[in-house]
Amino acid sequence: MKGLNAALGAAGLAAFLALGEVVPRTGLVKESYFPPTSRIASALGDEITDGAFWSALGDTLTGWAIGLAIAVGAGVVVGVLVSVVPYLREATASTIEFLRPIPSVALIPLAVLLYGTELRSVLLLVVYASFWQVLIQTLYGVQDVDPVAEETARSYGLGTWARVRYVLWPTALPYVMTGVRLAAAVALILAITAELVIGAPGLGQQIAVAQSSQAVPEMYALIVVTGLLGLLINVGARTVERRALAWHQSVRGEVAV
Amino acid sequence: MDALLDISGLRKVYEGSGRRVEAVRDLTFTVESGELVCVVGPSGCGKTTLLKCLGGLLAPTAGRVLFAGKPVSGPPPGMALVFQEYGRSLFPWMRVAENVELPLKQKDLSKARRRELVADALASVGLADAAGAYPWQLSGGMQQRVAIARALAYEPDVLLMDEPFAAVDAQTRADLEDLVRGLWRERGITILFVTHDIDEAVYLGERVVVLSASPTVVQEQLKVDLPDERDQLTTRVAPRFAELRTHVYEQIQAAKRGKADPAGGKADAEPADRP
Amino acid sequence: MIGRVLLRAVFVLALPAVLIAVWWAASSGSVNPYWPPLRTILTTFPDVWTADRLRSDVLPSVLRLLGGYATAAVVGVALGTVIGSYRRVRALCEPVLEFLRAVPPPVLVPVIMLFAGIGNSMKVVVIASGCVWPILLNTVEGVRAVDSVMLETARSYGITGAARLRSLVLPSAGPQIFAGLRQALSIGIILMVISEMFAASNGIGFTVVQFQRSFAIPDMWTGILVLGLLGFVLSVVFQLVERRVLAWYHGLRASTRRSA
Repeated sequence: MKGLNAALGAAGLAAFLALGEVVPRTGLVKESYFPPTSRIASALGDEITDGAFWSALGDTLTGWAIGLAIAVGAGVVVGVLVSVVPYLREATASTIEFLRPIPSVALIPLAVLLYGTELRSVLLLVVYASFWQVLIQTLYGVQDVDPVAEETARSYGLGTWARVRYVLWPTALPYVMTGVRLAAAVALILAITAELVIGAPGLGQQIAVAQSSQAVPEMYALIVVTGLLGLLINVGARTVERRALAWHQSVRGEVAV
Repeated sequence: MDALLDISGLRKVYEGSGRRVEAVRDLTFTVESGELVCVVGPSGCGKTTLLKCLGGLLAPTAGRVLFAGKPVSGPPPGMALVFQEYGRSLFPWMRVAENVELPLKQKDLSKARRRELVADALASVGLADAAGAYPWQLSGGMQQRVAIARALAYEPDVLLMDEPFAAVDAQTRADLEDLVRGLWRERGITILFVTHDIDEAVYLGERVVVLSASPTVVQEQLKVDLPDERDQLTTRVAPRFAELRTHVYEQIQAAKRGKADPAGGKADAEPADRP
Repeated sequence: MIGRVLLRAVFVLALPAVLIAVWWAASSGSVNPYWPPLRTILTTFPDVWTADRLRSDVLPSVLRLLGGYATAAVVGVALGTVIGSYRRVRALCEPVLEFLRAVPPPVLVPVIMLFAGIGNSMKVVVIASGCVWPILLNTVEGVRAVDSVMLETARSYGITGAARLRSLVLPSAGPQIFAGLRQALSIGIILMVISEMFAASNGIGFTVVQFQRSFAIPDMWTGILVLGLLGFVLSVVFQLVERRVLAWYHGLRASTRRSA
């Protein structure tokens, strides 16, 4: 069954690539707008032998990783703090509900003014967008703590720190991991956006350059790279989520399916 | 008189991912029009498989199922199923009345007639007031009543019930058993009731079909010669009830050991005549 | 009772009030051109966002967003239902869909500009093609996960075809579909803004970038506020719709949580 599914998936992928080859060749779509798969592939081949491509990839990954790390750290700390300190959850709810839906791209003009094309521009957008993902999941997770477990811990005289460590954190961890997975995807989107729109160095900027110089196959090749990067991040984050939480029911159930 | 349900040589083998499970080996029995037959057997003996084959939800590997003389190849109209998992059988996004009405929309009925059927069915399970509620606002027993009402409104010739009361508490269960018997007597519908509970089978049924352990065959068929008028207090303490349930119990124990009891049980219950 | 309401009001309003007060105080004497005093921003606001401007810049943005989002919703749910209903089709499409979903949506802007130029249709197509993936994939998941007992119930009562879709499959996948719609909404706003920043002659994104390029800093700040407000309002509207459509789901969850 699994083998059949994998074969079908490979067939689907092959058909997708073949379609990408045939459609422009038959003139259904202009080749100058949508180059055939083979030309994108050869452009991709040229890219990966080019040092500039690798440094752009490195820049993108740097912005992504640093931004994600800051967002995860801040999201978890703020989330736990807000849940543990009495009344803080109630007091911050409205503010969080207001700030969260503010699109991070609204900060683009500000980032341009403050930091120009520096890495900090990228970080501003990445951190703002992914912070909320982690924070919200952390809050959900802490809310899910079993009151009986919490009371048991209290009755045995566990202090605040011990309760956070042994009751709250293990319960919240699956949610935090979900938050990290979502944040990782969002962080990549915003890193590429910042490079594309602001011009900070990275794959997004390379795409903008390719576009403005009419280097269409190169542009597609770079887009494929961003897609593969996104895929790698999604799969990687899901694997980490599963590994880290092999004991947890929500994950066990998912694996069994 | 022709049997309403005629099951002969029914066999079902599940095959998949290299494993082969024979859930039902060879089942032959009939249900007459207007009968209330209980099928009882040890857990894991393929009762649900049997019911799904009858209801046309599963295709048997061998043998045939005739419903009103016609072979069953898909879910036939005129048959209604009540599942054990009431919580997963009612649609939580529909109110009680909508749940009951939904199957009727597949029939060619006027809106007024549909309303009438829904109201009547809900009233006869004692839930006329709950029409506007969502299923999840009701208790488990009430939800199962809704499922029964949905089946009744469908006006089936035969009602198939798959361990419908296995997941409710004992008190509710007794009420629901009386409800089913009452509905059967009032409406004269045919009911095939599958259960793993021996007391329930004897208390409800006019006839009890005892299944063996898997691979399943019919261990015995037994006529329940208790009076038509039954109630939880007196019927369950009647000596005859005790004899019958002991007999069925021994048959099931024998079935679990994998052999038919040659003596036919110590209580001198007479096997039902085969039609 | 009144005390309770008052307490709630304090909780809801206290922190925002404090934050605004801090911003106000900290920026009041600001000479840094990039951080104008909040007072300046607020007094600039009504001058910038006049009714005319709302009509010429905010309305086109919102219409593009709605057009693209609605297209994505229809296409995503329809395709997702088909793909989710057939195991084989799902296996066939899965790797391709996983890849397409992983492409960061903003890179679609330069691609679609090739095909659709820089007009309104470009923006609508960009928004639609970025929003469609989360909706599509969540619909696939939701349709795939319809309860087996419910499916058998429907089958045994002869509920098939359109009736099955309308009364069983789509409602059952509803919560998952809405999760996808929610993700798509934030992606849609991002795409609306950056497609206008890239190439446009009107729209909020265009206007904000114009302010920034002409160093009209307080005006730019008001633009950021407008974008923030728009995001907030759309999210509130979304929540209202979701609460209404999925009222049964929230009730069901609350009732299982109580009994658990």
